[in-house]
Amino acid sequence: MYSCLLCGVGGQGTVLASRLMAQAAMEKGYFARTAETIGMAQRGGCVVSHVRVAEGDIASSLIPVGGADVLVGFEPGEAVRCLKYLKPDGLAVVCKTPVAPVMASLKGDEYDADVMMEYLKANAKHLIVLDAEEIVRVCGTMRALNVALLGAVAASGKMPLTMEEAENALRKKIKPELLEINLTALKYGAGAKEE
Amino acid sequence: MELLMGNEAIAMGALAAGVQFVSGYPGTPSTEVLETVAKRRPEHVYVEWSVNEKAALEVAAGAALAGARAMVTMKQVGLNVASDPLMCLNYIGVKGALVVVVADDPGPISSQTEQDTRHFARYARIPVFDPQTPEQAYRMVKDAFEWSEKYHTPVILRPTTRVCHGCAAMEVEEPAPAREIEGFVKDDSKWVIFPRTSFLAKKRLFAQETEFADALSEYSENCIWGEGKLGIATGGGTAAYVKENDLPAKYFAVGTPWPFPEKKALEFLEGLDAVLVLEELDPVIEDALIAVCGKYRLDVKILGKRTGDIPAAGELSVESAGACMRKFLGIECAEEKPAEMPALPVRPPVLCAGCPHRGSFYAVKQALKGRKAVFSGDIGCYTLGNAAPLNMVDTCLCMGAGVTMAQGLARMEKDTVHVAFIGDSTFFHSGIPGVVNALYNNADEIIVVLDNSTTAMTGHQPHPGIGKTMMGGVQPAISPVEVLKALGVKTWRANALNLEEAKAAICEAAEETGVRAVVLESPCIAIVKKKAAMAIDRDKCIGCKKCVREIGCPAISIEGGKARVDKTLCTGCTLCAQICPVKCIGKEA
Repeated sequence: MYSCLLCGVGGQGTVLASRLMAQAAMEKGYFARTAETIGMAQRGGCVVSHVRVAEGDIASSLIPVGGADVLVGFEPGEAVRCLKYLKPDGLAVVCKTPVAPVMASLKGDEYDADVMMEYLKANAKHLIVLDAEEIVRVCGTMRALNVALLGAVAASGKMPLTMEEAENALRKKIKPELLEINLTALKYGAGAKEE
Repeated sequence: MELLMGNEAIAMGALAAGVQFVSGYPGTPSTEVLETVAKRRPEHVYVEWSVNEKAALEVAAGAALAGARAMVTMKQVGLNVASDPLMCLNYIGVKGALVVVVADDPGPISSQTEQDTRHFARYARIPVFDPQTPEQAYRMVKDAFEWSEKYHTPVILRPTTRVCHGCAAMEVEEPAPAREIEGFVKDDSKWVIFPRTSFLAKKRLFAQETEFADALSEYSENCIWGEGKLGIATGGGTAAYVKENDLPAKYFAVGTPWPFPEKKALEFLEGLDAVLVLEELDPVIEDALIAVCGKYRLDVKILGKRTGDIPAAGELSVESAGACMRKFLGIECAEEKPAEMPALPVRPPVLCAGCPHRGSFYAVKQALKGRKAVFSGDIGCYTLGNAAPLNMVDTCLCMGAGVTMAQGLARMEKDTVHVAFIGDSTFFHSGIPGVVNALYNNADEIIVVLDNSTTAMTGHQPHPGIGKTMMGGVQPAISPVEVLKALGVKTWRANALNLEEAKAAICEAAEETGVRAVVLESPCIAIVKKKAAMAIDRDKCIGCKKCVREIGCPAISIEGGKARVDKTLCTGCTLCAQICPVKCIGKEA
């Protein structure tokens, strides 16, 4: 069984990334389960998607603590929050660009993403870091972040998803006018190296 | 194979079972059932969003009385609204079939209560099917239709959030072709509820309980596996966590909590010393097992919520279920010590950047500045107006309660301005009777309708104020302004995102007494095209932070002492520009 936990802030596109991963595995004959955050929590709250694929049955769609092969963090603070789900030798793929919470701005605390990244470097055995500003520079939009992260996962070989399969999944799911941007993002993500 | 969400699986199961009529009211986590029916239905299937759950159940009951296979969808608190027809419908029964899909929400994640629909099933004497996974939900909805048609009873299907919103790879059948129906056959001894019919029906329902329980003991979705002297009973979404832990014990997964499959339970209890019951929400299976042990004088200890062995509230998880199971089974486990983590950002849900409700709340706050005022809220995205820095929702109870609670508050507190906020969909759902009540009883309150042209919180469903129907038609839209005026309410209307205009309307309304209304209009940002983002002239910005302190837009943050706009979030609503004291915010070039 392979398990991947994706976490971020409502609106970052975790659901699409988890669906693409499950869909690609299914097409290879795997059984898949996913679980997503929908509803009130989406409004700027923390969102988590669970993806589990296996050759046989899977009991729970929720990944147990310490059960994820891959953790995809769309945001550094959220990656820290969910790090406990990662297996000790698992891979964390994290975007280091923070999303400032409204509460921090209100209280006047500036949220320090570097502290989060330091913690991840110290506690994740395998870590790939992406930079949203680089994604904007290469792809022209922050919206491609989810696909860039997916590219890093595909290239790592830790989930049953090859680059070719990820590309095919994109061709099926993404509107033609947005395809080029997303393919660029996928390749950009795949090029990221482990720290 | 398709990757289907539990709610999609329920819709596909209903279509495969030949459902002909589907109604409902949106509510997380149930909403996607009806939306999927609308998307995947063959032409002969009728589907509607009704104004509320009571109406939805009644229209479906009507269709079932004509002999159709009908389905109604709602969330658990919606069933409270539909409880009047539900409690009576079992007495008269149905022709055709009627499946009531009620989604429960352990946690709760997106609801006012942690109520348990399995109690409602027992209370109303209606069989309830309780799926553990999306695949089982697909099978069970089909079984529920068969059961309903065979026994002429409504049947409840009760998925919980993780089943509704979890996806699984599965094969589904094509929707069934159109079926012939007999039509309504007049029989006033049957379809007209009277004391005499109810007396006879109660006797029938009581006798039926045993018949159903015996039949359900044979049902394949009530199953037993494993062995030993210690038993673990479970049901619903929790069963997945129990199975994931896979520890040696005898197991009982209950698929039909009411009528409780007593014979199957006896088979499970045979030879056991103790049972641990793992379930979310209320101790329903636990109580049923205690009753069986009492009835048959079995010496089996039943542990669960009532003995403090299972948490009383909240969702369970693979970990919490596993910890309870290991303790019960006497299996050692290493003490987990929580890892030391840096302080994490707090992210409560907030109104989106550009949300017109932010403009409405801020305008009302400014207009009533310095006056004693109480703000009664209601159910929808706008409940989030309670958060800092707006702090504009002082009460929230249930759908439609803002208008009526404000009336009661105002009667007791005459020196205070009472404002009731209500969204457009909630206005049609159960707000209108409250307005009539306020008028009839000479209340003193300002009703502020937050009209964003959609049912936003549940994912943008249409409603009578839009006119679009789920059948793809367009009906003349019913305007809240016209409804209020027709009732005789003095009504103002203003653009929610034009601060001066909205403030002026509220100020005028505040000068008057009696029931008056202000309709603040501007569509939800998720249903309209984004405008150019705002930009801050950082040379001009004096770092007063008014834009952060007063409106709390998630697109604005403070960086190096000055405001900064996140262009990916900003929708160009201009509210920040309207309040900036040095006019340093403008449209991006």
